[in-house]
Amino acid sequence: MSPLLEVDDLRIHAQTDEGAQVPIVKGVSFALNRGEVVALIGESGSGKTTIALSALGYTKPGLEFGGGEVRLDGRDIVSMGAEEKRALRGQQVAYLAQSAAASFNPALTIGEQVTESTVMRGLMDQEAANQRAMELYRALELPDPELLGRRYPHQVSGGQLQRLMAAMALCGKPDLLVLDEPTTALDVTTQIEVLKAFKSVIQQEGSAALYVTHDLSVVAQIADYIVVLYSGEIQEYGPVDEILNRPTHAYTQRLMAAVRPPPAAGQGDEGTGEHRRDVPAIEVRNLTAGYGGKGGSKAIKVLQDINVTIERGHSVGVIGESGCGKSTLARVISGLLPAMEGEVLLDGEPLAPGLRKRNREELQKIQFVFQMADTALNPKHRIDSILGRPLEFYLSPGRREKAKRVADLLQMVELPTDFSVRYPEELSGGQKQRINLARALSASPEVLLCDEVISALDSIVGANVIELLKRLRKRTGVTFVFISHDLSTVASFADDIVVLYAGRVVEQGPTDHVLSPPYHPYTRLLISSVPELRVGWLEETMETREAKAGIDRVVELTEVGCPFFSRCPLAIPGTCDNLTPPIRDLGSRHKIECHRSLEEFRGEA
Amino acid sequence: MTNEPNQTAEEMSFDELPDAPPRRRIRYSWAGKLGMAVVIFWAIIVVMGPWLAPYHEADFLDEALFVVPGSDNPYPATDFQPPSRVAYLGTDYLGRDILSRILYGARTTIGISLLSTLLAYLVGVTLGIAAAVGGTVLDSALSRVNDAILSMPTIMLGLVVISAIGNTIPILIVLTGLIYASSVFRIARAFGLDIMVSDFVEAARVRGEGLWWIISREVLPNMIMPMATDFGLRFVYIILFISSLSFLGLGVQPPQSDWGSMVRENLAGLPYGAIAPLVPALAIATLTIAINMIVDDVSAHSGGKLAKRMI
Repeated sequence: MSPLLEVDDLRIHAQTDEGAQVPIVKGVSFALNRGEVVALIGESGSGKTTIALSALGYTKPGLEFGGGEVRLDGRDIVSMGAEEKRALRGQQVAYLAQSAAASFNPALTIGEQVTESTVMRGLMDQEAANQRAMELYRALELPDPELLGRRYPHQVSGGQLQRLMAAMALCGKPDLLVLDEPTTALDVTTQIEVLKAFKSVIQQEGSAALYVTHDLSVVAQIADYIVVLYSGEIQEYGPVDEILNRPTHAYTQRLMAAVRPPPAAGQGDEGTGEHRRDVPAIEVRNLTAGYGGKGGSKAIKVLQDINVTIERGHSVGVIGESGCGKSTLARVISGLLPAMEGEVLLDGEPLAPGLRKRNREELQKIQFVFQMADTALNPKHRIDSILGRPLEFYLSPGRREKAKRVADLLQMVELPTDFSVRYPEELSGGQKQRINLARALSASPEVLLCDEVISALDSIVGANVIELLKRLRKRTGVTFVFISHDLSTVASFADDIVVLYAGRVVEQGPTDHVLSPPYHPYTRLLISSVPELRVGWLEETMETREAKAGIDRVVELTEVGCPFFSRCPLAIPGTCDNLTPPIRDLGSRHKIECHRSLEEFRGEA
Repeated sequence: MTNEPNQTAEEMSFDELPDAPPRRRIRYSWAGKLGMAVVIFWAIIVVMGPWLAPYHEADFLDEALFVVPGSDNPYPATDFQPPSRVAYLGTDYLGRDILSRILYGARTTIGISLLSTLLAYLVGVTLGIAAAVGGTVLDSALSRVNDAILSMPTIMLGLVVISAIGNTIPILIVLTGLIYASSVFRIARAFGLDIMVSDFVEAARVRGEGLWWIISREVLPNMIMPMATDFGLRFVYIILFISSLSFLGLGVQPPQSDWGSMVRENLAGLPYGAIAPLVPALAIATLTIAINMIVDDVSAHSGGKLAKRMI
């Protein structure tokens, strides 16, 4: 049997403004059989999405096919006319984009959108398409398959929306499914739920899939073959087992090295101790914060009565799923969002809640590093003025002194000093993130609040930034507050971990203590959700008690009881949903907020 | 992409791949270049017009100039004459040289329009940013007043005000500027709101920067390119607006020439096949279309144009 999709010496190039041709894909060949999943893996800029889109006969604007063939069922797609391509898309090949939230129209019901293209092409009538959609909802393990079609996109969770995208793509029974980073933007717990649904639906439907990602541990769960790409060329190509266990190419080995080990005790970075003093750098006391509450609108408390201590010179990881209040905590500490109740102490002195009331020295001591370097750097400013402004603002050095400091900062974040005359858009994603860090460091802060600074980066680039952060810490002695939804990132970096769930601190303490039993049930769920780099991990994890209780649920804010009640495998009905859980002190600063006693935890472990 | 050795050891063999190459400079299409040429041409006329003109704009050409040698009519008609050596683009309904009136009129029409556009921008952008940064009360107040102005048809508003307070050129400029400030306000406010919530403004706020610094260094530079597109279009609208007012007899007053009033004055010539009304109309058309062609390139540069192809 001939393969379903054959990519044969594919070449795609970009046309620059000057008329020169820049090759983007340089002669790539691979094949995909029915019922198989082939993963395209590489950093951004490696051409993986460009290759995947060529399976639909599409190139992004500015790119054009430069040679080679992409054969689907023996027919070359590249040379097809527009009408033929149109007939092919959605019918034989379907595309699943990265962000489901951006792909659904909020004004139409889910059912209309899932069935629309199938009905429009006349493949099925509306009745049959609805039936088909319902089968798919069931296969994707979505709740309420009968009624789901009548709901609107905002009424379902992010993970469910991502699965509905798959239903939309599969509705017309395509032979080939192209998935472009479908789980990259999701929380680990959501990622598992989506991966599992994708995997089972692909098996049930027997369709083939092309899976684009930069994350090797995801690939290990879902793919049969891996194509490793770098700069538009195949570096290595083979079955999953072989590549994961015996990578031969240097680049594949580098990708493997960038995968962080699953979080466990003993990974935390050791604080050097020399920068420690008695007074903690930041102390958050009985803090309640949130949005609304003005002019009669109902106040939404995103953080409820929390206490966090951040020791000087430590790096503290703040972890939790999206919606748990991690960023809100950072915004309250920085003064961007005034607290409703409670206070924030810097060096033992209470800070004014709002930015305007804080003096310049206090502002200087706490610096904020934003998540997206793309949007956090003003595109109209040159790097030297981006880095120079905080210097000017807080320290007002002379002109020559300032230029020297800017050069020092660039060296500190390991960028060439001639970058000072560039604009942000002339840098790569990782380089921009380094500038973003350097800007915060240029104020010579005591505390650096890093909000998801590596979440938007590829695994290799992200790993490099983590290494940089570790070196910066040793060198500057700055206290880091590191916010992330990725526990393995935090585990490799932090001395202390604060686990937030639905606005409450459920567990906090030194990394080694938090990452070893006894665990809070939520911590345990987070730990077990981090994908491991081995085949079969997904199935094993889904069988655990934590996964069964906690996966495929959303974070809900509650006013009474323990917010984790609805997802907790150890929940005590009648107690956990009514009473605020007590804080159990396990010694050496390790605290767990739970109704279960220490003995019960020990028994569980 | 070459794998240059990087400064850190671990990045030795595989360098971080850069993003797409930047596009800093505007690239003009042939249409844009043509538009530029036409606009530059009219700009030269604005500066040099009165010196280039063979006659003064208000001069009635002497009958003697039109006497055909050998003819026995010493008093030939001077109005609506076809192009000749005496008047290269013919004469208008009073026997004035059209070329001279176009050359003089360029200064009036373009000058008034440009000043009005600048005024509209000064007022609109200032208030727009004020609304964007000034909090909900100021924003709602300004926006509601603006909505009220926007809801009135511009030409009717212009007619009413002019008939009430008269029509000198300064009044015309201020009136047009204020009428068009309302649409500029809307756009400036929208861009301002967008930029005010961006991460880099938040970064400036958390640093403790003052409002003035944020507006002048973070917000304004990011508004210039997208608003340049609007500036071109607004300028065109204002040329047409001033021309329409003049056409209705309420704009620039005779004997001063202006392209819009020239069209109106000479309408009577159309049945005789005179080119008198067509020449000023063509002048308005070339200038406005040329500006539009430049605007297309500018907006394509700032990302406003649809992707060139869908397949």
